Amino acid sequence: MRLNRDVLLGLIVLAMLLGVASISPAFIAPGNLATLFNDNAMLIMVALGQMCVILTKCIDLSVGANIAFTGVIVALINAHAPALPIPLLMLIAAGIGLALGAFNGALVWLARIPPIVVTLGTLSIYRGLAFIASGGTSIVSKQMSHAFVAWPRLPIAGLPLMSWFAIVAVALFALLLNYTRLGRAFFAVGGNPVAAVYTGIDVGRTQFIAFCVSGTVAGFCGYLWASRYTIAYVDLAGGFELDVIAACVIGGVSISGGSGTVFGTLLGALFFGIVKNALPVIHVSPFWQLAISGAAILGAVVINAVRENRRPGRLILKEAVAT
Amino acid sequence: MTDAILPRVIPDRIPTRFAFWRRWETILFGVAVLIFAFDAVSSPHFLNPYTLSDATYNFTEKAIIAFAMAPLIIAGEIDLSVASIIALSSTAMGAAAVAGASPALLVLVALAVGAVAGAFNGFIVTHFRVPSIVVTIGTMSLYRGIAYVVLGDQAYRSYPPGFDYFGQGYVWWVISFEFALFLVLAVVFGVVLHLTVFGRQIYAIGNNPIAAQFSGIRVDRIRRILFVLTGVMSGVASVLLTSRIASTRPTIASGFELDVVTMAVLGGVNILGGSGTIPGVVIAAFVMGLVTFGLGLLNVPGIVQSVVIGTLLISVIALPIVVRRVAARWSKR
Repeated sequence: MRLNRDVLLGLIVLAMLLGVASISPAFIAPGNLATLFNDNAMLIMVALGQMCVILTKCIDLSVGANIAFTGVIVALINAHAPALPIPLLMLIAAGIGLALGAFNGALVWLARIPPIVVTLGTLSIYRGLAFIASGGTSIVSKQMSHAFVAWPRLPIAGLPLMSWFAIVAVALFALLLNYTRLGRAFFAVGGNPVAAVYTGIDVGRTQFIAFCVSGTVAGFCGYLWASRYTIAYVDLAGGFELDVIAACVIGGVSISGGSGTVFGTLLGALFFGIVKNALPVIHVSPFWQLAISGAAILGAVVINAVRENRRPGRLILKEAVAT
Repeated sequence: MTDAILPRVIPDRIPTRFAFWRRWETILFGVAVLIFAFDAVSSPHFLNPYTLSDATYNFTEKAIIAFAMAPLIIAGEIDLSVASIIALSSTAMGAAAVAGASPALLVLVALAVGAVAGAFNGFIVTHFRVPSIVVTIGTMSLYRGIAYVVLGDQAYRSYPPGFDYFGQGYVWWVISFEFALFLVLAVVFGVVLHLTVFGRQIYAIGNNPIAAQFSGIRVDRIRRILFVLTGVMSGVASVLLTSRIASTRPTIASGFELDVVTMAVLGGVNILGGSGTIPGVVIAAFVMGLVTFGLGLLNVPGIVQSVVIGTLLISVIALPIVVRRVAARWSKR
């Protein structure tokens, strides 16, 4: 019997929660679970954007740098013009993110440079620009307006606005990927690019749009990040791109494109978040965190590989390749 | 990854007019000379043997890994865990040094840890048929994670006398041990990749692994060897770096993997596999070293230097493609 992968991962996440709860029951108190979700809201959002990119056989390594640059710019704007309304600032953040994502996408689409090379380059460039923009200094909480810091914490129906953003993002991405032409195009481009061309899908353009989506989400999270940690500086979200890709991989998004689910990615991000939050509760040194996430990625990858059926086209080669 | 749609044309060894001048290595060499001249003009301290000798430390360790990374990428794989292997090897060396190991034994420990880490990457990739980029993103966390578990917020600082030679010693006049090793390994890897059957097999795998399999090449075995080789070279780099800075923290060499991949790609190695040369990587190493050192002389902070490297990476790859497309449009008219 083959269990649905998402269900399996869901059960693992549940088992982890219960396991931690058996040591410290307070861990699964509703309040703590809400905090846990809120802590991982940005990871969930950026992972969903990344998922679109990975679906189209690309990869976006620049999301962490995008967050840093956008966070610094938005914080600087706020420091100089505290009166500017926050929703407008959010729009600006998303707009900057969109521009950075579009730059990645244009290089992939028009210059035909492999996405890993493009985003490896822009990863350095965006973070360097964040340094230049900030002049190497940090924009700290006393420079930020009260509203800038308060908005993501605004409680609505018991949950902070930050969590609602993540919930809305999950809903929007589920709609986008399951019920729109563009969503189907993401899957088609990654699943079989040649077939996608014959069905009239512009592969390069679709990949470009995927990068725009990922960039926009990352930019929006740039504001959230600066606001949540009440600081904006060059190392903001350093290495975050790897957490994001790990969340996708654990969530069952195939790195070779064309397969993945919103629910899986959500679970992948939560899995990551639970590991991070649970370690101190079960009295394990936080220094174990990196090793455990590495092992989790490897485990997920191997489980994916073992469960995944070989593509029919390759079956004829199975014996030859297995030598 | 986009190009996978079209069957790949192999531009290797097709005689054309001005073939030499259109070679990637020639263009890159021109870039290197320009940067060298720029550095020499912009700082009066640059053209000094001791300064130039110091400049080599900017790239030797990364280049030594890039020599192994290049064949790995040519074979269609990648290893993002190299910096973490450095951290793991360095931690193992630190622990061995505390236990009283001699410098020679420390080197052995580093190479062994590198080999095992590389072999593990190779095993997961070939046995479970998983893309190496995901596997090595996983082991990148795992290996550095082990270093964190062992060291936490501590550091190893006591290394035996004599160990400092690898990263700080000089073979002759201003030629450091690191630079000499860089030259020797460049020749070794160049010969193996370009003049042996094993080398040609690597290109064959990168261009078409299935065809390579059917022509009797033991594809998975060669992939595993290349992963082990990359691990061992990371171990070598770990010896040099640890010896040079004389301390081991879990954060050692963080971000190296991006520089190493950048170096290989800048050197003309096709990230999709199938083409690339060691001389190209050597020139790319000099280009990156000269850029960072030149900017350092001009007091440009490290993070801004990475902007230059990033721009260089994208523009040197994009330019030929854009030029070709514009030229194609012109010739159509």
